[in-house]
Amino acid sequence: MENSVEVKKLSFNYGKVEILKNLDLNIKDGEFMVLLGPSGCGKTTLLNCIAGLLDLDEGQIWIEKDNVTWKQPKDRHIGMVFQSYALYPSMTVEKNLSFGLRMTGVEKSKIKEKINKASELLQIGGLLHRKPSQLSGGQRQRVAIGRALVRDAKVFLFDEPLSNLDAKLRAELRYEIKKLHRDLGNTMIYVTHDQIEAMTLADRIAVMKNGVIQQLDSPKKIYNKPSSLFVADFIGSPSMNFFSGTFLSENNSFSLNKTTFILNEYQFENKPNDMSEIIFGIRPEDIRLKKSSESLEFNIELIEPMGADTLIWLSLENIPFSVRLDVSSEYKLGDVINIEFDIKRASIFDKKSELRL
Amino acid sequence: MNFIIEAKRPKPNMSNIIEANGPKPKHLTIGRIGLYCFILMCALFFLMPLYVMIITSLKDMDEIRSGNLLYIPKILSLYSWPKAWSEACTGFVCEGLRPGLINSLKITIPSVIVSVSLGALNGYALAFWRFKGAYFFFGLCLFGAFIPYQVMVYPLLKIESAIGIYSSLPGIILVHTIFGMPILTLIFRNFYASLPIDLFKAARIDGGNFLKIFFYVIIPMSTPITIVAIILQVTGIWNDFLLGLIFAGRDNQPMTVQLNNIVQVDFGVAEYNVDMAATILTSIVPLAVYFLSGRWFVRGIAAGAIKG
Repeated sequence: MENSVEVKKLSFNYGKVEILKNLDLNIKDGEFMVLLGPSGCGKTTLLNCIAGLLDLDEGQIWIEKDNVTWKQPKDRHIGMVFQSYALYPSMTVEKNLSFGLRMTGVEKSKIKEKINKASELLQIGGLLHRKPSQLSGGQRQRVAIGRALVRDAKVFLFDEPLSNLDAKLRAELRYEIKKLHRDLGNTMIYVTHDQIEAMTLADRIAVMKNGVIQQLDSPKKIYNKPSSLFVADFIGSPSMNFFSGTFLSENNSFSLNKTTFILNEYQFENKPNDMSEIIFGIRPEDIRLKKSSESLEFNIELIEPMGADTLIWLSLENIPFSVRLDVSSEYKLGDVINIEFDIKRASIFDKKSELRL
Repeated sequence: MNFIIEAKRPKPNMSNIIEANGPKPKHLTIGRIGLYCFILMCALFFLMPLYVMIITSLKDMDEIRSGNLLYIPKILSLYSWPKAWSEACTGFVCEGLRPGLINSLKITIPSVIVSVSLGALNGYALAFWRFKGAYFFFGLCLFGAFIPYQVMVYPLLKIESAIGIYSSLPGIILVHTIFGMPILTLIFRNFYASLPIDLFKAARIDGGNFLKIFFYVIIPMSTPITIVAIILQVTGIWNDFLLGLIFAGRDNQPMTVQLNNIVQVDFGVAEYNVDMAATILTSIVPLAVYFLSGRWFVRGIAAGAIKG
């Protein structure tokens, strides 16, 4: 497939602080790419560089086979949606939608046609004559998306568009953005710190930290096979449990002080040396209730009911960890349960490099 | 309805302890009373000169000479007002303040329009288009706002006479524009800096250039701060005496200069009632501006919190 957006060796400094370092990123035509990372990781800066709102220090940006590095934002075939909606407060919804078209001198009849199409798609037809201040947050963001729509943008840029909305609206609009992508098939680049948004929307996720892409993969791969400790920790809610210990190669096992797990089922990408320090990570849902010769026995220390399932907290050699259980399981504090780790779904990292083994 | 309110009101019970329920009862405390007294006295203190001016302008000269400054006039005499307006002598001409009013309008209106427009443009450029040296330029502006303008009078005079607009309407308009620039740039920049930068980014993506974004996006959002700027400039320029005297030229002397000429008589009798009437007439414009725009003035000062 063709690349729609290519970022080549991009560096961006803010004063003396390096925000982005020699970053490469190729986004395929029609792909939904999510840039995910904690605040300050440079994801919004990267988006602003792609939009042309920031001048980069080194490297190139290509959009639709066109080197746009020195081009104005308006000449990059992009539409952008902001966290703060950024609707022009003095204009009605209709004027907001048509502003870009009016600026570039599109015919009136054509503007009308495009606005009708966009407002139908986003169900904002009834709001066209209102001012942004008379709209709710969800409606405002719909209008903001509509503004990108009417411009016939090749690439849609979203800068944390749902962060200002409450949880219910967020889920609603997330669904609509996904539907929009399905129907339009445009390339979309979406910045968020919300992993649920990233997981649900993305074709591929780029997990970023300190201006460097840590892992670029499908949501499934990122969730199941995180390439580094950072990614493993950042993705997943409730987050992955980690145990730090040593690898014993004689019986291919991981050993904490008193406990030992046989790692025969785990597929190592790089086998660690004997006695090297490793971190064993396992997601709460990959721990099963089971009584067998290999199972361990624990007392329940805390119970967090989450609706669809229940999180129970146990501790292994004083390290607390969580187990995700079916909501139908009725346990009380202090109950004794037997569990087993699903080793083949675990993730193991080198303690020093923090990379996946 | 009344009955319900009655029922809700806390009633003292036997032990005289009121159970807290419903709105907290308001008491007029000694502190409050003191505060109101203080405010009232301040208001009276500041209104005193205006009161004296008005009653003096309504007295005839005999009554003024009798010296009862604070008494209301025994005989109401209104002749000082028309005299101040159209007959009092300002130097050799005796046409009252009327020509001065026209001159002041001719100076103030273009000066305000030009200086506020340029100030807004400056502030916009400084806040959104962070060009190289923007901070240095902003620092210069800040510095400029604190330079006493008397220092600049002589060099400006030399410059204006060199380019041939000294002692003319364009000359005085230019001077007012220059002196308004630092403070106007400052307030506009600060206002624009408080607007969400995303708006500007969105406008750039939508295809606006420097001026289009300014006209279509920024100016429509600038109402409160523009009103503040206009109030500042109208009152400042209207009340100006020195610059008008020096730069406007004999034909364009503003009202303040003519007022001074009326009050500072070298021969004849000092007509205090006419002086007072003339002073009030001169100050009507700035007073009206404050009274009519007080609401906007406060809103403009609090304008940091504008939501999209």
